[in-house]
Amino acid sequence: MTVQNPPAIRRSIARNGWLWTLIRFREAGIGLFILILVIAVTLRAPSFLTIDNFEDILLNISILTIVALAQTMVIITHGIDLSVSSMIGLVAMMVAFVVKQNPEMPVIFSVLLGMALGSVLGTFNGLIITFGKVPPIIATLGTLSIYRGLVFFYSQGTWINSFELPANFKALSKGTPLGLPNMVIIAILVAIVVYYFLNYTRTGRDIYAVGSNPDAAQFAGIRKQRITFLVYMISGLLSGLAAVLWASRFESAQTNTALGFELQTVAASVVGGVSISGGVGTVTGVLLGALLLGIIQNSLTLIRISPFWQLAAQGLLILIAVISDKWILSRVERTKK
Amino acid sequence: MKEQGAIGSKSSALLSEFPPRRSFLANFQRWEWMLVALIILDILFNMSRSPHFLDARNLSRTSSDFMEIGLMMLPMVFIIITGNIDLSVASNMGMSASFMGLLHNQGVNIWVAALAGLLLGTLGGMLNGYLVARVKLPALVVTLGTYAFYRGIAYGFLGDQAARGYPEAFKYLGQGKVFGTLVPFSVALFIVLAILFGLVLHRTTFGRYLYAIGNNENATLYSGIPVARIKFIIYTLSGFMAAFAGLILAARFGSTRPDIGTGLELAVITAVVLGGVDINGGKGTMLGAVLSLFLIGLMRFGMGLLNIQGQVQGIVIGSLLILSILLPGVAQQISSTRNFQFQSRAVLTALGVLAVFVAFFLFFFWSRAAVIAGG
Repeated sequence: MTVQNPPAIRRSIARNGWLWTLIRFREAGIGLFILILVIAVTLRAPSFLTIDNFEDILLNISILTIVALAQTMVIITHGIDLSVSSMIGLVAMMVAFVVKQNPEMPVIFSVLLGMALGSVLGTFNGLIITFGKVPPIIATLGTLSIYRGLVFFYSQGTWINSFELPANFKALSKGTPLGLPNMVIIAILVAIVVYYFLNYTRTGRDIYAVGSNPDAAQFAGIRKQRITFLVYMISGLLSGLAAVLWASRFESAQTNTALGFELQTVAASVVGGVSISGGVGTVTGVLLGALLLGIIQNSLTLIRISPFWQLAAQGLLILIAVISDKWILSRVERTKK
Repeated sequence: MKEQGAIGSKSSALLSEFPPRRSFLANFQRWEWMLVALIILDILFNMSRSPHFLDARNLSRTSSDFMEIGLMMLPMVFIIITGNIDLSVASNMGMSASFMGLLHNQGVNIWVAALAGLLLGTLGGMLNGYLVARVKLPALVVTLGTYAFYRGIAYGFLGDQAARGYPEAFKYLGQGKVFGTLVPFSVALFIVLAILFGLVLHRTTFGRYLYAIGNNENATLYSGIPVARIKFIIYTLSGFMAAFAGLILAARFGSTRPDIGTGLELAVITAVVLGGVDINGGKGTMLGAVLSLFLIGLMRFGMGLLNIQGQVQGIVIGSLLILSILLPGVAQQISSTRNFQFQSRAVLTALGVLAVFVAFFLFFFWSRAAVIAGG
């Protein structure tokens, strides 16, 4: 369905012409959409196209990008991880408790701690799904409420507030020693690592294989269970990282941290062209998907659409993205014949 | 011998997927009995822990807390049996209730406003149905989009306002009791509708088609069954029931805010799946879903009496959901591996994983103790 390697692109151009080949790239489609949106919004609100505003958008989508990349890997294996938001909530609370008790602790330790705790939670998901043979949507729906319940049990309903957190922890996400905020740099690094992992390592390719045809993958000697387990563990790991950044950015850990965030990560993946039936999805697409969501949110504020209508506009745009995608695919199928 | 057994089990599996007409009691399959046992256990446990558990007034009040979930659950059983899902129900509920509230605030007669809310909710269901059945988009993606879209519309309608001051006659929908008894109106309504939905599912061709779609959609389509129309109908029904549940919730609260019912979709799906309906479609009974709703209700009520916070109760409900799928599978696995051998590597891995979880919980309690004790 999607064209990926250069010879296939050349063949496609010969057969379908430039325009349809371009459109068949999911990334090009979203890119075009983003471009139109940027031009339209800039005409209405010139302050949109400034470096400051762009930096603001990047800062807002960093955490979403990190978790959406993890979600993407899970969805590529034809699974879903609904528990990411609760993992973020639980890890953010636990790390904030530890940081409050040990304000002298180097920041890198809190990052590592968050990733370790997240991995344990992800491991639990992975075990239920692979060894327990529970469908992913059920398993993670269950842990969604289990982990959220643990947040309440852990903190007894209390919050960690800004004054209880040391300055170096708060600077972790917002400091700009390298020009860009640290959080943006971390998100870019994660994206590069995931890009390399999915495209150039054997395990990464196995993830696609398991998602596009589980039986064939099994016959090809891929350990399906192990790959499935791995993606849920990675999902926990990256959620743990996101949790530390979340606590640092918002300078607090609350019992309802990241509540409902799981659906945003799925939305970013799906808008970015990741197929919910598995096997299809690229890092570039997800980055563009997250960027699109960020730009929409930002521009709706700039062109003064009432904040109360913004959620509706976001939902509508998600629908438009998936419907137009379907429409383009069916047109492409027709031109092929 | 072995082969024969395999064939026998396969055909019996097929039979259970297409249950023949049976008496009411025969509908009780293994899972339904299990739920009944759990309900009895829960009642006994709670009776021993709290003297207020069997208080009729308490039970009456708490049962109406679950009726909105129950009303949305009925069409959700249909949808999940066809192998689809509807994540947008709670948002649709918010949209319809907010629309009604908006009209009420502008002085429209409450019953006209309620009718308009029902209409909008039904339209919402039709949009889902159109996108899933005709455009053939994945149900998860469509209803995820409308999940945000409908909730957004709810916020658009009411913003930070609330609608209140509903007339008493309308509040009866959510707060009234049937003819001076302690049975809440919404509970009576739910029971009637549950029987109706159960009859449709288990006693009509329409119901049989739902199982057929869930088992093999292509085969059903090639048998000349209008799959798209059936899917459209059940999503429309889901939208209507969500709107209806929204009205009842608004009547019970006596007010409407745009965030009304947020997160209920997960409670609905939990009730359906715990009731033994296969998330992949094709299997499940209405009775199981209703029993699981009562089980969840009783457990939450009991835990509430023991002063356990609502969110912490989620730990128990979530575990129950996972265990309900996990345990039958594990039991089957253990009984199918006759000559079980200990592999040292597997044991070591298991011990390692166990150690990690133990370490996690030690850390969990250790890091918590200092802050909680310190205040």
